[in-house]
Amino acid sequence: MGDKKIRVLVAKPGLNGHDRGAKVVARALRDAGMEVIYTGLHQTPEQIVETAFQEDVNVIGVSILSGAHLTLLPKVVQLLKERSAADILVICGGIIPEDDIQELKKAGIAEVFGPGTPTADIVNYIKSKM
Amino acid sequence: MENIADRILGGDVRAVAQLITLVESESSKAVKALSILHKHAGKAYIIGITGPPGTGKSTLINQIIKEYRKRGKTVGVIAVDPTSPFSGGALLGDRIRMQEHSTDKGVFIRSMGTRGSLGGLAKAANDTIKILDAFGKQIILVETVGVGQAEVEIAKSAHTTVVVEVPGLGDDVQAIKAGILEIGDIFVINKADRDGADKLASELEMMLDIGSTIYSTTQDSTLRAPPKNFRLQSIRKNENVWRPVIIKTIAKDDVGIIELVDAIQKHFEYLKTTGRYEQRVREIAKIEFMEIVKQNIANYIFEKLSKGEIDGFIEKIVTRQLDPYSAADKLLAKFK
Repeated sequence: MGDKKIRVLVAKPGLNGHDRGAKVVARALRDAGMEVIYTGLHQTPEQIVETAFQEDVNVIGVSILSGAHLTLLPKVVQLLKERSAADILVICGGIIPEDDIQELKKAGIAEVFGPGTPTADIVNYIKSKM
Repeated sequence: MENIADRILGGDVRAVAQLITLVESESSKAVKALSILHKHAGKAYIIGITGPPGTGKSTLINQIIKEYRKRGKTVGVIAVDPTSPFSGGALLGDRIRMQEHSTDKGVFIRSMGTRGSLGGLAKAANDTIKILDAFGKQIILVETVGVGQAEVEIAKSAHTTVVVEVPGLGDDVQAIKAGILEIGDIFVINKADRDGADKLASELEMMLDIGSTIYSTTQDSTLRAPPKNFRLQSIRKNENVWRPVIIKTIAKDDVGIIELVDAIQKHFEYLKTTGRYEQRVREIAKIEFMEIVKQNIANYIFEKLSKGEIDGFIEKIVTRQLDPYSAADKLLAKFK
């Protein structure tokens, strides 16, 4: 104890049930010294934000493979803004088409890490933002 | 930082979480806020839930939360998971089983890593209990993995300690470590539909050396209700002693939960009617106070020493010029 840890919420919103990627990222972040709160499947944006608040996370990492990213992700960002928590970094991974990345970033998603991204990239990105 | 205390008393969830973070990182900024919140704490009922990994504690806690919410209580949960001693990181996954409560304003759940310091964890947990108490949570559940000394430490902060076991965890009798046996007020045999549940119950009963009533319910049998007058037999003429109760549950099927929460209530009533509740509160306060005093003394002394001085003593100890006790006396002599 005695030092501040980076706390990350790894969440899977919506109907998508494939969580191997999310778990891989969660473990990589843990191995990099972060505290990872993994909340499992089928989370609503409201649940994600409420959990992020209670756990005082620095980062929310959302994993979506179902194609619902353009609805669910901006909703998370919007809820954070409404509740004065825009300081929480929101990143995502999963199946996100190239064309949608710009739109997501405009909506407030800080970075998108698609399939095949080395987990070290995600770790370094988060650390650079803290 | 007075502001954070006010925000907490005003119901701000994020402020609660931020103060817990400060407490976990042992920030001195937390002390002022904790001082303010102290007056507003002391109302919550604290229940420790411990037991080996794989016994279904998180699922059980999820059901306990549900039952307390039905009974009109607000609930705070502290879920502790091990921190990796190598990376310093942790995968905090207890919350997965409790997510149905995540948007219920009457429930606050916080995941905590052990962070490698026995005393540190107990302190962070205690301070967090106080924060949730002041925040207004009436029932506070503290979940730990009961494999170490830390869990026994945390049990000292609880009014009621629940130990969760499951049948078939290797040699049943050996699986129940002595320390845990002594701190348990209520023993839960979860996954009671598995083979060996009755055997485990009798073994537990024998080990506890009591004639406790076993409350069991399966999906087929009818519930055996606790006796209306839950009078405890004295083992000595003038002493009322709580006989640990054994409860069978199947958490994932929501079986045995009402009986468990009723048993916790019975324990609370026992503590109140025998004066043990006030005694426990005093014990808890004393332990906390002494820990803080010790820590302050240590900090005071170490601040006044240079690294060189300490290294000098270590050198003398390693080369056998001084033994550790004499070295400590020499070191402290300057403070006398």
